[in-house]
Amino acid sequence: MEQEPEWIESPGADGRLALSAKGAWTINAVSDLDRRIKGTRLNGAAQVELDVSGITRLDTAGAWLLYRAQRDFAGGGADATLVGLDARFAPLLELVEQADKAHPEIERDRGNPVTVLLERIGRAVCEAVAEGVSLLNFLGLTIITMLRVVVRPRRMRIVSLVNQIEQTGLNALGIVGLLLFLIGVVLAFQSAEQLRKFAAEILTADGLAILVLREIGVLIAAILIAGRSGSAFTAEIGMMKVNEEIDALRTTGIDPIEVLVLPRINALLITLPLLTFFANFAALAGGTLMAVAALDVTFPQFIRQLADAMTLKNFLVGMVKAPVFAFLIGLVGCYEGLQVGGSAESIGRLTTKSVVESIVLVILADATFSIVFAYLEI
Amino acid sequence: MDEDIVIKVRGLRTQFGTEVIHDDLDLDIRRGQIVGVVGGSGTGKSVLLRTILGLNKPRAGEIELLGEDTRHTSKTAQQRSGVLFQNGALFSSLTVAENIQVPMREHLDLKRDLMDELAALKIAMVGLPPDAGPKYPSELSGGMRKRAGLARALSLDPEILFLDEPTAGLDPIGAAAFDNLIGELQKSLGLTVFMVTHDLDSLVAICDCIAVLVDKRVRLATMAEHMQDSDPWIQSYFHGPRARAAFDSRSVV
Repeated sequence: MEQEPEWIESPGADGRLALSAKGAWTINAVSDLDRRIKGTRLNGAAQVELDVSGITRLDTAGAWLLYRAQRDFAGGGADATLVGLDARFAPLLELVEQADKAHPEIERDRGNPVTVLLERIGRAVCEAVAEGVSLLNFLGLTIITMLRVVVRPRRMRIVSLVNQIEQTGLNALGIVGLLLFLIGVVLAFQSAEQLRKFAAEILTADGLAILVLREIGVLIAAILIAGRSGSAFTAEIGMMKVNEEIDALRTTGIDPIEVLVLPRINALLITLPLLTFFANFAALAGGTLMAVAALDVTFPQFIRQLADAMTLKNFLVGMVKAPVFAFLIGLVGCYEGLQVGGSAESIGRLTTKSVVESIVLVILADATFSIVFAYLEI
Repeated sequence: MDEDIVIKVRGLRTQFGTEVIHDDLDLDIRRGQIVGVVGGSGTGKSVLLRTILGLNKPRAGEIELLGEDTRHTSKTAQQRSGVLFQNGALFSSLTVAENIQVPMREHLDLKRDLMDELAALKIAMVGLPPDAGPKYPSELSGGMRKRAGLARALSLDPEILFLDEPTAGLDPIGAAAFDNLIGELQKSLGLTVFMVTHDLDSLVAICDCIAVLVDKRVRLATMAEHMQDSDPWIQSYFHGPRARAAFDSRSVV
């Protein structure tokens, strides 16, 4: 069994302090030893003799304590000496001493909390502005590249586009259909509850049609796609960035915007309007089912009422937003993907950021549409 | 039982699907040795390291690390060995100093001040600048990340240090400095070092003996003994132009 570590103080006369360290001075014991060494007072002793001949085991943590004790006693004005050091441990103490001399003082200036807070706010604002400018820059670049491709359609990457359409559109049908169906059920149920009080249950159909066609269908579809495809764009492009595939494309003379960004944005421009149409259908189907099941309305009655409310205008007000949302989601997803830095860890952070930013932008755009339509009285 | 043997492998068999990597492999590593592990790609150098650490389950055989069976490794055995993974494997959400303190927090109950001092000590020991402590791994260069990984591996003063390709990806000057560092730390801390490497210069410079993986088994011998070996792979490895260059540079110095 290992010998217990010990730290023995024996203050002598005429300003001498004799200390003795014994046993195993290893990292398992340093917590206790540290406290006892710190509790040792010089009490005006001019000479400190630290006898270490009793030490049986020593590691860097123990050596650090011995070295620090000697250094601090010397710093306190005493003449501190280490005696009886085993030759085995000499290189270790030398190593610790060298390391300490290499890094004399560790400055730990955490600063005034108020200034630190202000600094962080300022930094965040500057970063947000820089990010906005950079995103606008990317928008311009994407539009220019798009126009170039429109002029020469042979540069369009058809295979990649079709692949993206499958991934962002076809594969999303299930989740979009299910969620919008459920939302339709909830909407119909909630509005029927309120309208029953006015004996106007049949108006549930009007409310459902207007809400779904103008707002809910496109908005929920866009948010789902932002979470599903926007994040995938960021992760895919980010992974390629980490593997230096983007650089490889550039050196081969291929424009990464043209082969990576455009097919993704174009795919969304095609699929999101189609998904919106499908989402509208699913939500109306859910709402109708709920209304017929829970209200005193027959299926033909409800459908007739619904058909009256489903005007072309309401349908178009919803559909016109879809390409705009699609463009925003695709743009942010690809932009954040290209922002990925050297290491793989930034992919996770930027993927989260991409989803949050695209949802925020989608809702902002939706609010803008509402205001514009209100002014135009559409 | 021989007290001096810190890693003892008997009849090890590792297999992925139908592919046998090691078969009936025996290995003894003594305290205080620096052992370099070499072998062609796909011969299972890293797999051997991971198996000894208990990260891979062997099909058959026994592995003793510091006298304990790795199938039920205790916390003490983990505390007594440190590992430097190929890319450092630093925790990206923590600073370098916090990375070094992770093993201390897990295994010991130390005061914050003391942990900061010890972390600063390890940072200095591996030759990082003082301002590296509060930095995050992503802010460091590849060579500095390796040094930080080494500092974390040394956090609890282990008896055995496992290194997976410590000099891969470093420039020759950085690699030589890293070899020196490992050699010096080995001397002052009395470490046993188990090092997977392709770097002939490190093999020549710091390894006491070399474990060559051939025919699914290990041949442990000194450099001079390997030079006499008749195995074609060992022949071409130690007599190739790169090997000769490494030996020449040593004999000149």
